[in-house]
Amino acid sequence: MTTRSRKPRVTFRFMLGTLLAYVIAIIFLLPLLWFIFAPFNDHAVLSASIPASLSLSNFGEVLDSDIAMRGLLINSPIIGIGTMLITTAVAALAAFGLSRSRLPGRQMWTYVLILFSSVVVGTASMVPIFRLIFEIGLINTHIGVILVMVGGMLPSAIFIMQDFVDGVPSSYEEAAMVMGASPLRIFKDITFPLIRPGLMVVGIWVLINAWGAFLTPYLLLRSPDLLPASVTFYRFYDEEGSPQITLIAAYAVLYTLPVLVMYLIINWRYGFRFFGGIKS
Amino acid sequence: MASIKIQKLVKTFGTVQAVAGIDLDMPDGEFVALLGPSGCGKTTTLRMIAGLEVPDSGVISIGDQDITMSQPRDRDVAMVFQDYALYPHMTIGENIGYPLKVRGVNKAEIIRRVTDVANQLQIGHLLERRPAQLSGGQQQRTALARAVVHRARVFLFDEPLSNLDAKLRLEARAFLKYLQREVGVTGVYVTHDQSEAMALADRIVVMSAGKIMQVGTPLEIYRQPANQFVAAFIGSPPMNLLAAVSDEAARTLSIAGHTFPMRENFAQASKASVIGVRPEHLTIHTQPVENGLVGKVYVTQPLGGETLILVHVGENLISVRVFGDDPPELPEQVWLVPELSRMHYFGEDGERIS
Repeated sequence: MTTRSRKPRVTFRFMLGTLLAYVIAIIFLLPLLWFIFAPFNDHAVLSASIPASLSLSNFGEVLDSDIAMRGLLINSPIIGIGTMLITTAVAALAAFGLSRSRLPGRQMWTYVLILFSSVVVGTASMVPIFRLIFEIGLINTHIGVILVMVGGMLPSAIFIMQDFVDGVPSSYEEAAMVMGASPLRIFKDITFPLIRPGLMVVGIWVLINAWGAFLTPYLLLRSPDLLPASVTFYRFYDEEGSPQITLIAAYAVLYTLPVLVMYLIINWRYGFRFFGGIKS
Repeated sequence: MASIKIQKLVKTFGTVQAVAGIDLDMPDGEFVALLGPSGCGKTTTLRMIAGLEVPDSGVISIGDQDITMSQPRDRDVAMVFQDYALYPHMTIGENIGYPLKVRGVNKAEIIRRVTDVANQLQIGHLLERRPAQLSGGQQQRTALARAVVHRARVFLFDEPLSNLDAKLRLEARAFLKYLQREVGVTGVYVTHDQSEAMALADRIVVMSAGKIMQVGTPLEIYRQPANQFVAAFIGSPPMNLLAAVSDEAARTLSIAGHTFPMRENFAQASKASVIGVRPEHLTIHTQPVENGLVGKVYVTQPLGGETLILVHVGENLISVRVFGDDPPELPEQVWLVPELSRMHYFGEDGERIS
């Protein structure tokens, strides 16, 4: 008996497809390559090239810049973490309320809010937002920036959170109530551990967004020593007004690092998963 | 252990009256089943006893204590939920021990009692696992263990067997019965499965549309259904209900085109507009007999130990149960004879006439 080969045959079409895939991959990898090599090249330009000699002088210059380091180490964390904490806490409570209430049309509320939110932080509303923040005296303060960003991200955060809260059956809380637990205890022992993956997802999402936000802090902050890292990027120009590619490259690494590290830690520590285990 | 007393309990959701004023008295140590179709208010009643719903009006007492408005945690009840509500982030041991932990029992005592109960329920070897790793039957036992680990005054069961497959359900039912005998609990058991209610309960409360239709022991409910609803709901297959017209002068009752002489029991029969007869109280004949309803065989369903036969008699489809593992060979035309002494009479209002 003869057996027919089941191996995929290497055809011309297959080779062409592979080649195309490589070309596409290289196009997407080039900026990443630049991102890896440019910071260590003291003559870096806007093209990816392997430097003749590796140097850390770019980092040295960036570290010497007061405004840049202040943005990275103080202002960005204040704005990012502040926005994250407020948004996550409020979203969790709102999602819980929406999920557990018998409010008619409760799904509608989140959709309507999401629609509005895209207007709030959108470019079009920047003039009224600026006026509003100015009138209430929060211009050039971190809290002003944080409140605007919370307002912009809250509806989507509630929407994501609600999915997680909906996934926790109310019988979990009811069972604990009957067993004698107080509301605080129920939250600590049951609800919080079960929605923790949701809090993590929303927290990370908000933090990354707030960390990378440019327009809102750019408009609402005036003093250079209040600017977050995302805006201080904008200050790496020389006297002639051309961008200092070398410094921008080094700063980009420092700017990306915290978010990347945090993401890895949380993914390793908690993982984005949810326990199964309820019969439906 | 304690008695439960419910007085004029009412609960409305929006425009729907889920529980429409029910009264119930349960002595200490009694196991009562709330039985009814979905939406009859049985689960709402249970949730009000647990304190998970607040009644619009009425009084619920456990022991001598009015608990109508107290928090669930102050009622000292234990409840098994339909979905078991086992905490996925805790091990089986932690799940079972949680009611004790909440009540501040010390660790050594928790471990001792959890191990005890788990061994009794044959899940002692699973204490380190998580709920998701257990089979349905094991999850159900865990939920049960969590309820009995703390000796509450009252046990509440919300359809605890409905998520099990048929075989496991029978096992779990027998086990529950055994446990109930052993522990002698005061319990309220909500179910829509009449065989569960019949098998487990000391008394059954049949409910429909928020009202109590009948309260009685399983046999009382089977033998003397208080109304047409209970008659049709209890028994599998359900009782045959047939329109009847009585003739005062001739002392006869005509049912499905046949006239039955009513000798002893005409007093009740004369007021009946519907008679009921259970499938097991009909005999089937292949030859014309006295007082036989003539009909055409529709289908025969052999079920092993018994055979279920459906017969068209006029407009009616009547079910007949024949016991024995030898399904009868039937011609197309048969005659059905009801046991007159086991006929049920219902008036125009659907209530039993006796």
